[in-house]
Amino acid sequence: MLERALSRTGQAITLSSVSKIWAGNRAVDRISVDVPAGSFTALLGPSGCGKSTTLRMIAGLETVDEGTVEIGSRDVTSRPSAERDIAMVFQSYALFPHLSVAENIVFGLKVRRVPRAERDERLKRVADLLGLSSLLERKPAQLSGGQQQRVALGRAIIGEKPVCLMDEPLSNLDAKLRHEMRLEIRALQQKLGFSMIYVTHDQVEAITMADQVVLLNGGRIEQAADPRTLYEKPSSPFTARFIGTPPMNLFAASLLVPDRGGPEHILGLRPENVRLDQAGPITVTVKAVEYLGADLLVDGILGAASFQVRLPATQNVAPGDTIRLGFDPGQLHVFDQTSGTRRDDLAAEIGAHLCS
Amino acid sequence: MKATRFKRDWIHGWLLLLPAMVFLFAFTHIPAVTTLINSFYSTPRGQRPARFLGLDNYERMLADPVFWKVLWNNLWFALGTIPLSIALAIAMALWVNDKLAGRGFVRMAYFTPTVLPLIAVANIWLFFYTPGFGLFDQLTRGLFGWPASNYLGDPDTALNAIIVVTVWKEAGFFMIFYLAALQAIPVSLKEAAQIEGAGRWTIFWRITFPLLMPTTLFVSINAVINSFRLVDHIFILTDGGPDNASSLLLFYIYETAFRYWETGYAATLTVALLVLLSLLAIGQFFLFDRKVHYK
Repeated sequence: MLERALSRTGQAITLSSVSKIWAGNRAVDRISVDVPAGSFTALLGPSGCGKSTTLRMIAGLETVDEGTVEIGSRDVTSRPSAERDIAMVFQSYALFPHLSVAENIVFGLKVRRVPRAERDERLKRVADLLGLSSLLERKPAQLSGGQQQRVALGRAIIGEKPVCLMDEPLSNLDAKLRHEMRLEIRALQQKLGFSMIYVTHDQVEAITMADQVVLLNGGRIEQAADPRTLYEKPSSPFTARFIGTPPMNLFAASLLVPDRGGPEHILGLRPENVRLDQAGPITVTVKAVEYLGADLLVDGILGAASFQVRLPATQNVAPGDTIRLGFDPGQLHVFDQTSGTRRDDLAAEIGAHLCS
Repeated sequence: MKATRFKRDWIHGWLLLLPAMVFLFAFTHIPAVTTLINSFYSTPRGQRPARFLGLDNYERMLADPVFWKVLWNNLWFALGTIPLSIALAIAMALWVNDKLAGRGFVRMAYFTPTVLPLIAVANIWLFFYTPGFGLFDQLTRGLFGWPASNYLGDPDTALNAIIVVTVWKEAGFFMIFYLAALQAIPVSLKEAAQIEGAGRWTIFWRITFPLLMPTTLFVSINAVINSFRLVDHIFILTDGGPDNASSLLLFYIYETAFRYWETGYAATLTVALLVLLSLLAIGQFFLFDRKVHYK
């Protein structure tokens, strides 16, 4: 009942080869993304990859140098933010320090001259939904980080906009609160049904919350897919290393497979996909062992490269040991060294060869 | 042993304080107290020493038409200079805070009046106001064909002419404070307001202006003090005339004390000025403080 009153169907967002050029450098380089209506898309990448700039272009806070931005099949490329029908949550929350919580939340409604009765009613619903009812008279400086975050969320959802943009909204919170807010934001988005674009550098946030993750690197899209595909079938070594903790082990194929001629390949194995196996094809010298409670994180050396393994904590491994490791052929990733493309056609062959 | 040690520390402490205290007492506290005492005495002349008069000087002040005239002038002067220079300062600060070509140059140009001595400034403006061939007369004659006018010599315009010079002098100085305050406001606040659909006007009145309130309080107290304190240009431009039309309280005090040598009565006027200033400062703090948001 409560949810239905606030909800409004989301709108699709389409970026068509959008670019941002700073002094000749392409900070964002011909990015095309489709965000289906009502879905949750995360823009993920290391700092400086252009994810925030992309979000700001969608918000209309940054001009688009090339390409078009469509919201709900309406071209908004050169429209000001106010006409894009969007809401946004900033990394710093951007709460107005001189206004109370209630005034902060209804700021946009006041600007749009929504009648007082309706304003109060919507404020009450949002405050109930976010658990802010007892804090409405306070100033932002009197709130904790998590409460400020909720106020920023309230300001974003009270307008019942079909699109919500978030720029690293959780990066100022501690780990426990971040986990709670992650669940809460995701639940809120699904309840209210708006389309969400969420910028983060934290792959855990992206993978746990999003329907679609767009991984950016150096202003380009590295891979855009659902979290499962991103984890199971990374299309490049960059994606393979960026998604998953600890990152995937990558090493030259020549370390394990005799030279077959032709181009060199990179093999990838996730630390959680290998196991101790006396007959296994991989021999690793243990450098350090981290005890994580449920697991052991073994830091080893394969050839000259480091190789990490996640083992059950019951295993007995000590630094200096040499361990042999095996894996399922299906868990092997193969990449072309020169082009960086994924070679699923070779994975089965090389996997079978190693595990035979 | 312990007692002497304690005494030594005590002496060291006072010795360290002494230089600052000598100057503070010699130039601030003792003159203030002496002025208060003198205000109850007659002016000593030649063979006649000062005589205790009680409140006679104060009664004379309340009956003095020139005192009420300069006080009234001062009120107009304050009302004319403070809001105008603050509004100008905010407008200029908003402008030079934006991205524009030659921003550094414009900022410097706005600040120049603050750097120039007020006496030199008044001399320049004296030429602007000169009847017949001054800048303003040449402009009004060339553009509208107006006859020559004597802005400084006419009792109706003299005070306004001085107000214009003061605003020109002060606005640039206040702009620096507003510029600093503007730069301390996070850009994301403006962006958040933009996303919520607020236009430039709404952003200014609902976000920027309230966040500038601490600066406005500081600047307005300074402006009030300045409106009683800045009289240098009056010496050059009008010398208080005509018929005290452009005389301010402090200028009248100077005239009384050092032109007519009525130091006793001048002390009384000074006490009146001090009381007025402290009341204004206290009042402003209590009135404004509730509306000011400090971070």
